[in-house]
Amino acid sequence: MLLTAEEKEMLEGAQGRATQKAMQILVALGEIYGAEHMIPVTSVQIAGVSYDNLGEAGLQFLSEMAEGGGKARVHTTLNPAGMDIESWRILGIQPDFAEKQERVLDAYSRMDVITTCTCTPYLTGNLPLLGEHIAWSESSAVCYANSVLGACTNREGGPSALASSLTGRTPEYGFHLVENRHPRVTFLVDARLAETSEFGGLGKVIGEHIQSSKAIPYIRGIQAVTLENLKSFCASLATYGGAALFHMEGITPEADSIKPPAEQVKISKIELEAAIQSLNDATVAEVDFVSLGCPHLSIHEIEQIAQLLEGRQVKKEFWITTARATMQIADRCGYTSIIEAAGAKFAADTCCVVAPIQGRFTAMATDSAKACYYASAKNQFKTLLLPFDEVVRLACL
Amino acid sequence: MILHGRSIFQGNAEGEALVTSQPISFFGGVDPETGVVVERGHPLEGQCIAGKVLVFPTGKGSTVGSYTLYRLKMNGYAPIAILNAECETIIAVGCIIAEIPCVDQLPFHEIQSGSLVQIDGSSVIIKDPANH
Repeated sequence: MLLTAEEKEMLEGAQGRATQKAMQILVALGEIYGAEHMIPVTSVQIAGVSYDNLGEAGLQFLSEMAEGGGKARVHTTLNPAGMDIESWRILGIQPDFAEKQERVLDAYSRMDVITTCTCTPYLTGNLPLLGEHIAWSESSAVCYANSVLGACTNREGGPSALASSLTGRTPEYGFHLVENRHPRVTFLVDARLAETSEFGGLGKVIGEHIQSSKAIPYIRGIQAVTLENLKSFCASLATYGGAALFHMEGITPEADSIKPPAEQVKISKIELEAAIQSLNDATVAEVDFVSLGCPHLSIHEIEQIAQLLEGRQVKKEFWITTARATMQIADRCGYTSIIEAAGAKFAADTCCVVAPIQGRFTAMATDSAKACYYASAKNQFKTLLLPFDEVVRLACL
Repeated sequence: MILHGRSIFQGNAEGEALVTSQPISFFGGVDPETGVVVERGHPLEGQCIAGKVLVFPTGKGSTVGSYTLYRLKMNGYAPIAILNAECETIIAVGCIIAEIPCVDQLPFHEIQSGSLVQIDGSSVIIKDPANH
């Protein structure tokens, strides 16, 4: 790779140990993927925040980077932590875990990373623009940034995103190059979708088609979408297909300048329903955990929950996961008090995928196809994938 | 038989191959405390990847997977090497920070589970094809 004088200095250790390690990671990636040089990035989103995911090994890695003098050089935000940083006790988190989680956040803080703790940074002020080069991890946010916002990022891992933050660079390869953003397969959706759960199902169907080929999908037949639909779709497409980018006719910003690929796959209503059914192995009676907010809820979704719960009582453990900034808007609007009066619990800064909840529940109801995957694989829960409103109603049964 | 690929993380290793035709998500898909594949319905579900030359087409899923590889290494349950058809960044970074030899762009259909495989830089030597 051709490095600038400053980048060479970083690599040789003149700017500290952490910056050196960061540049080593980026140069290694650049060499592997044939990048000719580094490019500046303007925004970073870091995954690898929950102590449940990092373990002692990950905490040690981050502490060494902080002690090695690493400092964020660009706007850098964090993924969800393993707990609500303020009210972890009422969520049943153990003090020992909380102490370790605080050490993780402290390490990031010392590196000048903004400890937002959300998987939807684009809802809380980390919002790159069309064509902007960024280095994001968090698979759902990567897919959203590339596809919906039209920013350019590879699917960074936690450590490589941190490396980009500490150097302000990323190797120029993959999705940073226009020629790698072209779709290869057209998916024609022959069904009307409205619910987040249905868009999650669509993400699973398309994801499974492309998971080995990694072909970029060009999606046709979607009439209208909401931000919440796209957020759910991105999460599912990344979970089941490892996808970083899709184009959607009439909806995503790069789609209109692209000719749909000749290879076409038709997706029927039946296929979609089968994908949703495949995530339903729990019965309504078995559900002992209800979770909304994967990815983190928008203020509009919280408003919907408040409307549905007003004057009612929740009968099951019900977690509402969102960014703290979003929750603070909900506080101001009075949604939080309605929801908490109904007995549901706000879990800001965290989510059901990264919180240490293995063994605490047996079956989870959600509107998120992504949450179903991790509940089943990571926590061995049975799952029920339902439309958003039905999830709220089920919590009251 | 000698296969030539692209070195993702340089190193030497020798061990028994564990092969799957399906992508792997290390985060959520592999237990970092035991090295056992836990993804429901995955062809390797229930099998331990510790000490194996793990052969799979590519990565999928969460971007936390790099740390899962690092944890597996620190806990002593990492594969001794990883062979991919196409290595993606999550696996690549995991291998770099955990120092797990990794080679990709290999015709991995040539490798069968149970074969004794040696990795030497970007070369992969299949010493004892299991099906012979």
